[in-house]
Amino acid sequence: MGILEVKGINKRFGGLQALGDVNLSVEENTVHAIIGPNGAGKSTLLNVLVGKLIPDSGSVMFDGQSVLGRKPHEINQMGISRVFQTPEIFTDLTVFENVMIPCFAKRDGAFRMHAIESIFAEKGIRAQAEEMLADVNMLEKRDMVTSSLSRGDKRRLEMAMCLVQDPKLLLLDEPTAGMARADTENTIALLKEIRTKRGITMAIIEHDMNVVFSLAERITVLAQGTPLVEDTPENIKGHPKVREAYLGEAQV
Amino acid sequence: MLGLEKKDFRLLLVVIGLTLFAPIILNPFPAGSEMAQFNAGYPDLMQRFVIFGIFAIGFNILFGLTGYLSFGHAAFLGVGSYSAVWMFKLLSMNVLPAIILSVIIAGLFSLVIGYISLRRSGIYFSILTLAFAQMSFALAYSVLTPITGGETGLQLALDDPRILGAAQTASGNIPVPALFGLEMRASYELNIGAWSFTFNTGYYLAAVMLVLAFYLAIRIFRSPFGLMLRAIKSNQTRMSYTGLNSRPYTLAAFVISGMYAGLAGGLMASMDPLAGAERMQWTASGEVVLMTILGGAGTLIGPVLGAGMIKYFENIFSKINGQVLHDWFGFLPGGLEDFVVTIIYPFVGKGWHLTLGIVFMLVVIYLPGGLVQGGQKILAALRRTKTDDANPGASKPAE
Repeated sequence: MGILEVKGINKRFGGLQALGDVNLSVEENTVHAIIGPNGAGKSTLLNVLVGKLIPDSGSVMFDGQSVLGRKPHEINQMGISRVFQTPEIFTDLTVFENVMIPCFAKRDGAFRMHAIESIFAEKGIRAQAEEMLADVNMLEKRDMVTSSLSRGDKRRLEMAMCLVQDPKLLLLDEPTAGMARADTENTIALLKEIRTKRGITMAIIEHDMNVVFSLAERITVLAQGTPLVEDTPENIKGHPKVREAYLGEAQV
Repeated sequence: MLGLEKKDFRLLLVVIGLTLFAPIILNPFPAGSEMAQFNAGYPDLMQRFVIFGIFAIGFNILFGLTGYLSFGHAAFLGVGSYSAVWMFKLLSMNVLPAIILSVIIAGLFSLVIGYISLRRSGIYFSILTLAFAQMSFALAYSVLTPITGGETGLQLALDDPRILGAAQTASGNIPVPALFGLEMRASYELNIGAWSFTFNTGYYLAAVMLVLAFYLAIRIFRSPFGLMLRAIKSNQTRMSYTGLNSRPYTLAAFVISGMYAGLAGGLMASMDPLAGAERMQWTASGEVVLMTILGGAGTLIGPVLGAGMIKYFENIFSKINGQVLHDWFGFLPGGLEDFVVTIIYPFVGKGWHLTLGIVFMLVVIYLPGGLVQGGQKILAALRRTKTDDANPGASKPAE
């Protein structure tokens, strides 16, 4: 049993079968990549996993519980954190405040009326946030307002905000989309570091083959809404079906 | 101190000092002098300063922190006023139970309206709150007349029960609101030379409430709850993917700010025990939006400054009529005098809205952070010149 078990998911948008009988199992403590050409249903699948879309049929079990019908914040409280294609951070707040918020969410749940306590007195939360920032080398930027951060730093911060919650599963939605070569390399390095240091289970949706093959331990190839194959990176590389699906798309 | 950071505590001290000495600070010109009409230190206006200050502080907790723009907050103020007057009619003329009830009733009222309105955000939220407030206004004017007094407003009468107090005074008059015997309208006049200062009980009660309201607002701003509210304003997507449910947070902020409005309404009725439906009208809701933006939305002191500024314009600027202008410019030769008066006239007296409008436009365009941002800019400029004077070589790199 994997930590995330997707069984028989179907999703139609009008006449388009976006997902057809998708089965997927993400094992604990692995990096599982979901790849596929444009329109393969990668993003639809991700949106089902985080509660943004409800499939027509099928089941999604996480850690023994169904995630279907739950709201995004409830799914996060179950232990799934998500990194977005373009970093979603709190742009009007400082770096430090950005990291404190997920700490509060982890400790206090989805809502708590702590209106009189001072954030300056929250020693535990502050220490936790500081440690996390030091971990991603952003401690010296702690008081910067995040809208003035570079794109790479925003990605780094978003990652820190997810990691500080110590999620059981980290979902990454094309973390290097639209990035320059150097930024992509940095992100790969950061993810590798997270993987070795923290041993976090990751599911990564990615277009860039370079990223996929330098990170993934298992790969599922989606095409036209259905999983084509699931295997190790070595086997995927030479797989004829994958070559066919990607023909003209990328050099595998 | 008091659970506040040093900077916030200093700000609280400033507010305490200003409210304590307001009767003196606001009366800088000798009574009877030419400039005396700019004196704002009379009880009625000072009460309005602090009461609208409270209203704006509360509004800012919702609008300044979460970014949800309510266009119906005057409804809560109106409900607070009605509750207080009913307390005067039924229970006693003591202002304390009246104020407590107005806060509670306004809180319940805002819970219902907030629960429904917060199903939407942005402009739709604003329209929903506006619709609710206008509905309340129209109902208070018409079908709810038995409760609200309709067009004449809710007033005290000699045959009110007032079960815990006298229905009428020994001389057969309607009693006045008081705090355990301390009448709200009681004033102490202090004359120093040509100056005259009025210390009014009602004002000081309202001022104490303002200080408490301000202190609570600082605590909320600096709390994890306040941080969550700012996070909602910043990015709701990240908020929900961080495991936080923004709905109860915004609802709590809505109810808190509704209770502040109720407190303001209750105080208003305590100063002058009558309540009218016009307090709930959309213009009144718009006014608190103006106050907050003018002073600086999301800042602590801004809304109070904005409230003071608008009330000052409304009461002082509006008094400058043509005659006063002619007195001022009487020293100019006839034709020129008329010319200058004609130019200035549209901006003062009945035209005070024009001046306020221009000030508001200038602030929004050049100081989006409101008067507070203006103050910060001035302070920063002063500090820069000071350090430059003290240490002229400091800003240049060493050779």
